[in-house]
Parts: sequence; C-alpha cells; structure tokens
Amino acid sequence: MFRKRHVLSMREFSKEEIDSVLDLAQSLEPLARGKKSSMLAGKILALLFFEPSTRTRMSFETAMKRLGGSVINLGPAEGSSISKGESLADTVRVIGGYADALVIRHPKEGSARLASQFSPVPVLNAGDGAGHHPTQTLLDLYTIRKESRLENLHVALVGDLKYGRTVHSLAYALSLYGADITLVSPPTLRMPDPIKADLSSKGTIVRETADLGEVIDNVDVLYMTRIQRERFPDPVEYQKVASSYRITPESLAGSQQNLIIMHPLPRVDEISPSVDDSSHARYFQQSFYGVPVRMALLKMLLEGDQVD
Amino acid sequence: MTDFSAMTDKNNEKIDKNKEEPGGLRVKPINNGTVIDHIAGGQALNVLKILGISGTTGATVSVVMNVESKKLGKKDIVKVEDRELREEELNRIALIAPAASINIIRNCRVIEKRPVDLPDEIVGVVRCQNPNCISNTHEPIKSRMLVKVKNPVLLRCLYCEQPLADGIAEYLI
Repeated sequence: MFRKRHVLSMREFSKEEIDSVLDLAQSLEPLARGKKSSMLAGKILALLFFEPSTRTRMSFETAMKRLGGSVINLGPAEGSSISKGESLADTVRVIGGYADALVIRHPKEGSARLASQFSPVPVLNAGDGAGHHPTQTLLDLYTIRKESRLENLHVALVGDLKYGRTVHSLAYALSLYGADITLVSPPTLRMPDPIKADLSSKGTIVRETADLGEVIDNVDVLYMTRIQRERFPDPVEYQKVASSYRITPESLAGSQQNLIIMHPLPRVDEISPSVDDSSHARYFQQSFYGVPVRMALLKMLLEGDQVD
Repeated sequence: MTDFSAMTDKNNEKIDKNKEEPGGLRVKPINNGTVIDHIAGGQALNVLKILGISGTTGATVSVVMNVESKKLGKKDIVKVEDRELREEELNRIALIAPAASINIIRNCRVIEKRPVDLPDEIVGVVRCQNPNCISNTHEPIKSRMLVKVKNPVLLRCLYCEQPLADGIAEYLI
C-alpha cells in the first residue's frame, strides 16, 4: 500500500512500498513504450530544475505526457523570479497553485523537504545537492529486478562512492533485500563510514576493495559510476584511477554469463563503447526504465487515495 | 563552598548538602527563580546562549564557573532570578550539559528539582553544520534537529540529514 504524499528520500520507503511502485511500473511499461493513455488527463506537472538535467527532466516529462497529462517548466533560473531573490518556499507555494505536483532539482541539500513543507501539492525530489535522488534509486531497483533479480543478489558498486548520491541510496535500498554488497573505489573515494555502519547494522554483508579485478568475475550486478576529474588535484593521479576502473570486453572475459552492467549515465571513460553490444550491458535499458517508474509514482501520487 | 541548591533551602529540604563544594558561599542564594546546577565546567555561557539570556535581556543572572564537583570534576552553576524557566527551554540545555539539574526556587524553597531531558526535536537552537544545507540560507524556516541519541548527544538535521555529534556548542544559533 502506497500512502505517501511526497517522494523525498529512499529512507522513507519500506520494502513493501518499493515493491508496490515496481509492480505498478511493470504494468505501465506498455504505456511507457507508446500505448495511448489518458489516466492523468487534465493534470499538470511542474518541473522546477534549478540545476541542469537531461535524463531526469526529460523522463519525468515523458512519463507525464505518456499518461495523458501535461507539463509546465520553470525554465532557466535566470530571468525568473529566482533571479530576483525569491525564496524557494515562496516559489513552490506559487507554482504549487498552478500544478498538481512538483518535481524539484536544487543544488542545496534538504531543498526538497523544505519544498514539501510549503507546497500545497505533492513534491518529488529529483536530486537535492549531494543528498537524495529517490526516483533514480527506484529505477535502478526496477532494472535489477527486471534484468537480474533482487533477492540473493551480489552487487558491486564501483567508482566514486564518497560523493555519488545514487550509490548511497541504492546501497541502502539493496540492504532491504538482503543483498551482498562489495564496494569498489580508490581509497580517497570510499563510501563514508556512517553509511557502511548503517548497512552493516541491517545485517548486510559489506566488503570493500580498491581492485575491480578481484570482484568482476563473482558478481551478479556491476553498478558503475563516474569518477569526476575535479575530485583529483593531480591529473596524473586521476588518469591512473580512471583507467583502473574501466570496463572493457577483455576485463569481462571471466565474468558470470548472467552478469549485468549498470550506470546512471552520463558515462565518460568508465565503460568502453565496445561493451555496449555485449549481453551484459543494461545501462540504456536502465535509462529507459526511468519512464515507467516515474509514471508509477505520478499515478500513485496524483490518482491514489494516499494520506500524508 | 556550600552546595548551591542547599543554599536556597531554609526548610531542611536540603539537596546534596555540602557534598560537593566544601567552603564558603561564592554566590548569594536566590529567593525566586531558576538554578541550573551540574553544568559541565566551562559551558555556563553556552547555557545562557541556549536560553536566549544575554546582558540586554534584563534578567539578574549569576554565573559560577569551574568549581570543584565530585560528579563532574569541574562544574558551572547558573542562577536566573525572578524567572521560572519553562521546561522546554531548560531541556535544550541537555544539548551541551546532559548532567545538568534544574532547581526551581519559590519563596526561598526548592519547589522542583529534576534532571534535564532532551526533547525529540530541537527547533531554532542549533544550526546545521552542512554549509550546503537549505536551512543555512535565507529561506523562511528555523533549523530543525532531530535527537537521534540523547547521551552522548547525536543530532540529525531534518532537512539534509547531516549528523551532528561533536562540538555542538560551536553551532548554537
């Protein structure tokens, strides 16, 4: 039973609630692929993106339109009321009067929660600084369930595990399903200790290594993330690290047959384009699954009889 | 020094009498008001900050700092005259002085003595240590800290979920 008014953080989802979102997304997938629907006809979704976004913004827009609804956009912050110094609280109160739900991406952590306190309509967090991005985690879970399995899973999270918000939420959500998690990162980009302690306290087996080669043959899911150049003051050090976390057909030679490779995209050098046609690549499907998952959330928030 | 709460008591309702500070009186007893005892040594001024008491608020306040204490080693004491502080105001003191005890004095008698107990949420007292948190901007909100553990104190920002445990005094608003 989905009884939420807002979607702000994965920590507010129980396993049952996640399953109900994924089930609905599954049933909506034909609509996400183009079958006509008017489920949300007459409803308006407002997109408030205070930071650039391609996939998240466009997949929310697609999700709403596939369900028969329409979308309004804040547009670039320059030239809007934001540039005149209007608070986020006032902005969401005003735009909440024009729309039936708000999607917000903002550079400050906690901004979506603040928005939810002032908005008269449901708020969906599409990324708040280094904080949460719950719809990304839900589409990641949907991809794993659909392309592999969520139970008894051994997953490796690879790359920038310190600053990457998607891996923090995903690790938490996978712990609800009892996954074994191996964290693969250079020493300077390890997952923060409090997050690891939280995972262990839930009974999750967490291993840590800097060597991708150690785990690549033994996991069901490789979840790659981008290592950002700006995290390294020394460009030589960046090149060394980046090349050691690059997936190529050769590095996959000994992997399990049913291994799947995921990436929240955009990728830079982490996955060689020559892997794209392999039976392991799932990152473009993953990107598409953002549409049915966001359709499911919009339908639940806008059509359901949920309470706060 | 005589125990502070005992100094206020004329009717044999003496509490911790002479247990902690042998010697003479450092501060006069008060007739009415609030005595906050067993504050960790050196934290008295932060306690006043938490209570919103400054030199301009008009209250008569006495502060004793770093006196010997069996329980704490060194302790501070704060007396606020003619003002009975509310429970919710006083409980915030537990943020930096979890061992503090509160004595409400009326007509020279201790009418209430109790420890401090942190509430589940602290509003507008401690700012979030995350400089990129929305609560540290010009938005029309007060800081909101959830109390996850009471002793030793562990707070978590309601907005960005950043924990705060060490050096809470530095983040008092």
